[in-house]
Amino acid sequence: MTERVQIILWGAIGFVLIGLAVPWFMWRSDAVVAGLPIWIWWHIGWLALASVVFYVFAQRAWGLGVERGGHRG
Amino acid sequence: MQMGVVVGYLLLALGIGLVAYRLTERTAEDYYLASRTLGTVVLLFTTFATLLSAFTFFGGPNIAYLYGPEWILVMGLMDGIIFAILWYVIGYKQWLIGRKHGYVTLGEMLGDRFGSRNLRVLIAAISLFWLFPYVMLQQIGAGTALAALTEGAVPFWAGATLITVFMVIYVVLAGMRGIAWTDTLQGAFMLVTVWAALLWVMVAIDGIGTATDGLAATAPEFLKLGGGFYTPQRILTFAISIAFGVTMFPQVNQRFFAGDSETVLKRSFALWPVLVLLLFVPAFLLGAWAKGLGVEAAVGEGQNVLPLVLAEYTPGWFAALVIAGAIAAMMSSSDSMLLSGSSYFTRDLYRPLIDADISDRREELLGRIGVAVFATSALIGSLIVGGETSVGVVGEVLIDIGDTAFGGFAQLALPVALALYWSRVTRPGLYAGLLGSQAIYVPGVLLPVVEVTVPVVGSMPLGVPETYLGWGISLYCMVFGVVLTVVVSLVTTPAPEENASRFSDLRAADAD
Repeated sequence: MTERVQIILWGAIGFVLIGLAVPWFMWRSDAVVAGLPIWIWWHIGWLALASVVFYVFAQRAWGLGVERGGHRG
Repeated sequence: MQMGVVVGYLLLALGIGLVAYRLTERTAEDYYLASRTLGTVVLLFTTFATLLSAFTFFGGPNIAYLYGPEWILVMGLMDGIIFAILWYVIGYKQWLIGRKHGYVTLGEMLGDRFGSRNLRVLIAAISLFWLFPYVMLQQIGAGTALAALTEGAVPFWAGATLITVFMVIYVVLAGMRGIAWTDTLQGAFMLVTVWAALLWVMVAIDGIGTATDGLAATAPEFLKLGGGFYTPQRILTFAISIAFGVTMFPQVNQRFFAGDSETVLKRSFALWPVLVLLLFVPAFLLGAWAKGLGVEAAVGEGQNVLPLVLAEYTPGWFAALVIAGAIAAMMSSSDSMLLSGSSYFTRDLYRPLIDADISDRREELLGRIGVAVFATSALIGSLIVGGETSVGVVGEVLIDIGDTAFGGFAQLALPVALALYWSRVTRPGLYAGLLGSQAIYVPGVLLPVVEVTVPVVGSMPLGVPETYLGWGISLYCMVFGVVLTVVVSLVTTPAPEENASRFSDLRAADAD
């Protein structure tokens, strides 16, 4: 993959992480699971997922887009 | 008894500051940035503790109590995800550039890139304009919290002064290294106390179910996502403008320079969202639960909900411990603000304008004096303002001024990011972006919209509204800043003394 494609892919992943941190598709839902509203559980899970994604990014693509031509895949 | 907990805590912080002082080299870079040697745990916790202010313990739970627990999502999106990504995009870039060229402040970095002393001065001036009231806010919060904790035995002025004096001592002595170490203690302390508080209350009420059932019965809206206060526009306005604002807050921006290595930055990046989650979920849940448990808090009249919940369900000593945690939160943001404020002042105002040939040793000394002066002036301001509003409306004041300052800093973020990545940005372009966005934002948040009568047209509103179509003015100003930077850069040519190559051709290998 060229650097440009990688930037687009990781950028898209970043936007999805931002876009769904608030579960907009559960808007006005009041379902309660294990004592908490379901959308709070979603958010907790989503941030945990974000940590995993950031970890993978740091391992595989760190430097992408920031170090000019210098990222070491 | 309560004061004992707080004073014991202050002494511990002071002790750590003294140990750090013994390790301090007498240079400005060491004083401001601990010679760029912070490891993962310390960098992570110092950034974390610096981000968290009194708001985590008072303002945030109050909002959750008034409007529902959606605030957890706002903060998670803002600090946990958007800020983390910006830490990479802006922060890692700054780290690389800072290593290569030895920059200590944002203004210094941009001033050198654009070959302009005035630009450097402008960035420092804008930053100090927003930072100063924010420091006051923390002092007012500390004084108020101590007065409430001791039921007035320690008056507001004495509490605010006590906390400020302690901070000045260890910041003046120990600089960034001392702050980073005390922040680590404070961050860990906050995490432990807030979880202990959550578990304690949970046990006392027989599990989460009781609080949630209470909410379903008394405030069913709280269990539904969104609605009322929480419009999508408001959620996104808060999350985006505060996340961008945080990156340009001097005390956070300066931490971008302070990491020891690429590995430290990578680890911090991956751990960040979880750390954010661990603090905000329990703190704001307690605020929302208070509603379901029928705790009565007159938030509008200056009461804070968290201490009331604790008073209801936990013993006095424990409540005092959590308030000490809140004071730790205030101190850990203010100490860093004092240091960064002083560094902006000495490096970007004093040095370029008054004494360009100052020695490193003298600059470091001046930095220490700057901390004391900055803290004292803010304290005088706090005592005047805080005295008038008494203990009242702290929550509201925190939200209002806090959000205003974050929005003000947010205006710097996009023009700076453009300058970092796009070599075509010119000096006039950056000036236009920085000044143009502030010129709209400042009247938008600080001045009311008034009706004026114009001949022929009749009555019309004059001024900048705080929101437009539900979106905060800060977002419009951010977009405006980008447009100005880009357009003015395209129609102007770089001056001969600009150094676009300063920000390009960077590799971690060169920096290490």
